[in-house]
Amino acid sequence: MPQPHAHAQGQTRTPSPERRRVRAPSPSTRPIRREDFGYDQARHLLWRAGFGGTPAQVRAVSEMGPRDAVDFLLDFESTRDTYDGPSAADFNPFIMAEPTPEQRRAYQRARREQDEDALARLRRTRQDRQRSDRRQVADVKRWWLERMIESPRPLEEKLTLFWHGHFATGYRTIENSYHMYLQNQLFRAHAAGSFESLMRGIIRDPAMLNYLNNDRNRVGAPNENLARELMELFSLGEGNYSERDIKEGARALTGYTFRNNEFVFNADRHDTGSKRILAAQGNLDGDDFVTAILHERSCSEFIAMKLYEFFVAMVPSDRRNIRYRPAVAFIESIAKTMREHDYELKPVLREMFRSRHFYEEANIAEKIKSPVELVVSSVRSLRVPVRDLDVLVEALSVMGQEPLQPPNVAGWPGGRSWINTSTLFVRQNILAYMLTGKLPSGFDPDAAVERYDATPMADDLAAGEIDGLSDPVLALPHLCRFMLGRPALPRQLDVLTAYVDTRGGRLDPPTLSGCMALITAMPEYQLG
Amino acid sequence: MTDPHQPYTRRRFLERGLIFASAAATVPTFLHRSASSVFAQTSSATSSIPGVPEDRILVVVQLAGGNDGLNTLIPARNDEYYRVRPQIAVPRDEVLTLERSADVGLHPALDGFKSLYEDGMLSIVQGVGYPNPNRSHFASMDIWHTADTSGVGDGWIGKFFDNECAGTPDGCGDGGIAIGREAPLAMQGRAFQPITFEDPNLFRWIGEDLSGETADAYHELMDAEQMLEHPEGSNADFLTRTTLDAQVSSQRIREAVEQRPLVNYPGFNLAQQLRQIGAMIRAGLATRVYYATIGGFDTHAGQGGANGRHAQLLGQVAQAINTFYADLKAQRNDGRVLTVCFSEFGRRVGQNYSGGTDHGTAAPMFLAGPMVRPGLLGRYPSLNDLDNGDLKFTTDFRSVYASVLEDWLGLRRHDTVLGSRYRKAKVLSV
Repeated sequence: MPQPHAHAQGQTRTPSPERRRVRAPSPSTRPIRREDFGYDQARHLLWRAGFGGTPAQVRAVSEMGPRDAVDFLLDFESTRDTYDGPSAADFNPFIMAEPTPEQRRAYQRARREQDEDALARLRRTRQDRQRSDRRQVADVKRWWLERMIESPRPLEEKLTLFWHGHFATGYRTIENSYHMYLQNQLFRAHAAGSFESLMRGIIRDPAMLNYLNNDRNRVGAPNENLARELMELFSLGEGNYSERDIKEGARALTGYTFRNNEFVFNADRHDTGSKRILAAQGNLDGDDFVTAILHERSCSEFIAMKLYEFFVAMVPSDRRNIRYRPAVAFIESIAKTMREHDYELKPVLREMFRSRHFYEEANIAEKIKSPVELVVSSVRSLRVPVRDLDVLVEALSVMGQEPLQPPNVAGWPGGRSWINTSTLFVRQNILAYMLTGKLPSGFDPDAAVERYDATPMADDLAAGEIDGLSDPVLALPHLCRFMLGRPALPRQLDVLTAYVDTRGGRLDPPTLSGCMALITAMPEYQLG
Repeated sequence: MTDPHQPYTRRRFLERGLIFASAAATVPTFLHRSASSVFAQTSSATSSIPGVPEDRILVVVQLAGGNDGLNTLIPARNDEYYRVRPQIAVPRDEVLTLERSADVGLHPALDGFKSLYEDGMLSIVQGVGYPNPNRSHFASMDIWHTADTSGVGDGWIGKFFDNECAGTPDGCGDGGIAIGREAPLAMQGRAFQPITFEDPNLFRWIGEDLSGETADAYHELMDAEQMLEHPEGSNADFLTRTTLDAQVSSQRIREAVEQRPLVNYPGFNLAQQLRQIGAMIRAGLATRVYYATIGGFDTHAGQGGANGRHAQLLGQVAQAINTFYADLKAQRNDGRVLTVCFSEFGRRVGQNYSGGTDHGTAAPMFLAGPMVRPGLLGRYPSLNDLDNGDLKFTTDFRSVYASVLEDWLGLRRHDTVLGSRYRKAKVLSV
């Protein structure tokens, strides 16, 4: 990690685009050449800057070339959002609404008079509301998973997932499904927008204000939870601020609360005294706190690092190790881009997805897919039937990535932490389920109706001028390369070829889907 | 493929839940181990864990939802009990009396516990809880699992493994098995992670049921001798090694569980979990801690008294643990196995208006096995000196953990796992 420059007071943000310096691209961020961008690179881009794609989509992206392909994925506003599932109007904003003054009075009366019947009635009403809210949060999870599967703007959804893991908030703590929905929409609205807007949005976000107890943060009785995580986990990283910055930051955030679904600034509860946070001083409020954070060089470096780990590769803690020097140099370089563009994210992402470094062999098909990436990219690339969204959501949770429920405020640790002997079988089995309808005993009764259609895969083989039906020896390497993003090992190809032989030597659709079930059970399928 | 036409039934619906039955929660760091070290069969004199005497085993049984302690270990001589629980109190003449105890007795459904008690194999710790009790299921369960009243951090058993296994070649990867959908927090350490499954028959690739050829091809793909071809240290290599581990674990666990048990277990879920644990112990797996769970104790309404829903749950717990020890005895393994039974909290002293009880505080804990100090331990909480309608705990659960860690699992100092020193509850006679 680059050395932090705490309190880098000389650091000023460039005010206007004209004044931005044009600089020679550093070696690691130099863009990939058109002629170096082929099938494997196109596939890599589709899997990382989205959730995979069909063989036809890989070929189309490859033909676009790196410039146009990255622009197409990143400038997703110009792609019409054709997702037609539930929308805001389908979610009830008021299930967990605060009690009205009359309700509050009725409750106080019942308590005063020790009216146990009335108290029990009120308790039951509250339990009913909580139950319907839990049903609604399940709706929100299904909705988001379906969006990720169907959206024609995959990078928008992928960035929404990234920000959810970054500004992690869990439903079970806040027990308000609509707040989780609103937060999800905040991440989507600024997915590739500006980090500054996200920071200003998050200190006004009811779900976050509740999750980190800022609704209790008031003058004279500060609560430091949000102030601490705002710096430690959301922007600067540990070691780049002091305990005093936390204390003073908490004072700046006093009075930032919410009523029902709206942010409220409660001036009576706000501390108007003078504060010193990082390099800033004065009667600072939450926005000034954010501004002070964004002035720190370590903020851009921390966010660049998180983006790199999400989209390119994990950087282990021994990052001074010579092996990780190119990664560290790359992160420093895109952090600089972020500062030069006032925390606009698109220039950073564009530079990253176009760079030679991104397409280096060591970075291709060497990243462990998160459970969401595994499930969504399998549907989007293999076109397996979704079968049952509830089953998929449950599988995500068993694999350790329940949507709207990160383990804690630090989000999902990712990388190798996703994998152990137990989750590995779940990963293999959810793919077997999607491909074949196979249940632990017998089959999904709809398996015959929702049979996996291997035609696109067969068409793809044909487009590669491979007649899969008569020549599995040519077709199988092609299939593996598409599904694994890397060539299969000779031994693996031998097993698949022998399997096809026992079934008559032809890659007819059932045999093709059998091969695919086997490929999804290979360890390498967990990499993307 | 077989013909999938079958009617939509509740059974099938339940099967859907089972598809992911092998599971584990997110793990904080990777546990590196190689296939060869997994499930090295132990002889009875060796242990996989340095520092653990001989080959002692701990089984944790979790009663999830908050077990009503007052209707479990019943203060049958106390009029206050009958006054505040007019509908759900167990009639005095139905309470099972205990030797050496005039004032309290067991719920009539607990005859399985009574006979263990009479055989000197049951220790009942009264009034177990912790300071400033939290009445949220999640929060209180986390407190019991982490042994920390903040409820934050790694699990107490996970920390034990982290401590004991640091620097060993396989990191005690096979040390713990949890039966259930997700790995319990108690078993999750920084490095250590338990093997977790709901049904061992699903701790495998279900695609092998598609056809004989598919199964053959799968097993050839997973052939250990040929698999390790990726650069060492790469993610592909890591995944290949974990895949091999999974194959070996899966095979050994399923072979173990396929054995016919030496005694008949009842069909309900907890008994079946303990049957599987009994089978794995009998097969000599190197596993030292097993975890089983039974839910349904959140009895806010219609919990019943001598009969009814709560009685049924208690009956299952006692019957399952009683059968488990009959099995272990037949295996001659009973002396190796300590069972600890807990719930995240007890319930309020008075019943509510729905014939149930709301979340409360202290409750009894049960320890079973020939090594326990049998009888009633600690002090029954007063029903008159309450904290806001709740019992005041008399024994901190961590003093029970302290004894289990040091006196059973051979940990040198329990504060290395529990964070502070506790006065050890004298629950074991070893």
